Amino acid sequence: MSGKPRLTYLNGRGRMEPVRWLLAAAGVEFEEVFLQTKEQYDKLIKDGVLLFQQVPLVEIDGMKMVQTRAILSYIAGKYNLYGKDLKERALIDMYVEGISDLMQIILMLPFSPPDAKEKNLDSLKEKATNRYFPVFEKVLKQHGQDFLVGNKFSWADVQLIEAILAVEEKIPAVLSGFPQLQAFKTKMSNMPTIKKFLQPGSPRKPPPDDHYVETVLKVFKR
Amino acid sequence: MSRKPKLYYFNGRGKMESIRWLLAAAGVEFEEEFLETREQYEKLMQGGSLLFQQVPMVEIDGMKMVQTRAILSYIAAKYNLYGKDLKERALIDMYVGGTDDLMGFIMMFPFLSAEDKEKQRAVIVQKATSRYFPAYEKVLKDHGQDFLVGNNFSWADVHLLEAILMVEEKKSDVLSGFPQLQAFKARISSIPTIKKFLEPGSQRKPVPDDKYVETVRRVLRMYYDVKAN
Repeated sequence: MSGKPRLTYLNGRGRMEPVRWLLAAAGVEFEEVFLQTKEQYDKLIKDGVLLFQQVPLVEIDGMKMVQTRAILSYIAGKYNLYGKDLKERALIDMYVEGISDLMQIILMLPFSPPDAKEKNLDSLKEKATNRYFPVFEKVLKQHGQDFLVGNKFSWADVQLIEAILAVEEKIPAVLSGFPQLQAFKTKMSNMPTIKKFLQPGSPRKPPPDDHYVETVLKVFKR
Repeated sequence: MSRKPKLYYFNGRGKMESIRWLLAAAGVEFEEEFLETREQYEKLMQGGSLLFQQVPMVEIDGMKMVQTRAILSYIAAKYNLYGKDLKERALIDMYVGGTDDLMGFIMMFPFLSAEDKEKQRAVIVQKATSRYFPAYEKVLKDHGQDFLVGNNFSWADVHLLEAILMVEEKKSDVLSGFPQLQAFKARISSIPTIKKFLEPGSQRKPVPDDKYVETVRRVLRMYYDVKAN
């Protein structure tokens, strides 16, 4: 008997947000358990449900999955968002890993000491505009298709639209040199499942604020 | 017509070592081009070979693959080291994620100051013995099989052996509380392709030294001031 996937994490983006995006893009409803206290987290560890004592945790198809990448790969494979063969998978993996490196910078931003915030924001802008966005701009320009890989919607597209919107929150004009990405952003945002996810009331979480940072530090304090 | 995969990286472990291990375990011969100068690296970039301007890069099956995880996943799948179905893949991915995190603590070790190295050594041992090794010890104990997933040799086994040996280099008796892992280490080390890789003269790289650190810093113009995590 299969229930909805159940996500256990803090009530915020962090490392779980790409999972929410991918499930939503695939049209899969899910439940969420939010960690708000250290006691809740300690209990999860004590109960032995966290393989490496860490969240994200996603209960899906009888498994207690941890490790964000493993979770995302499983969802992509299950819902046909992973290309049609090994080579398309390879492309999707390369693109997703690159975007993940970019997202890592954003992930760490709220936790930067105040005197490093400016520097880290500059680093985000530099990497987005010089390293990552040009790659995807070129991919889209070269094949002229709507989607990054194999002329079909995949995990790579979901990851890219998530990253574009996250970077834009920090650097509003970041897409100004990237017409292909602007068109991509519009197309992806209008896909029914993504459009729904982008509306208020969806499981999408807001940008991290001080309360979120406080909760992270409190729950994971050792 | 199939050529050997060609690996572009420094002459040292870093992020390429797991790839060398996996190709070797699969019995696949490969070539290597070692980055020694900044000019070589710039030439690779200008030639458009590095999708995100980074190495590792592996030329395989007509692709110039980058991103270590993508490369490893491709090799694992191609050589049937990725389980028999989606759920076995999921387990392998989870286990590899853990050993990857563990080896991540070791990756930056050579770049740390002498003082930070001692602190980091303690962190590595603590994480290995309280977080990672217990997880794999339990997996092996629970199913009593020779391999981590599906009673079949997979990427997860190769990655775990690599991690065990790396942690042992930091503390030689680190497996003393883990009888399953000791037996696992002996078993996997004696698999013919792995045994060969563990012998002198193979493409396995030694523990990184100052020369390696100096080369990486010079070629990438990075990692001058690395702090422990």
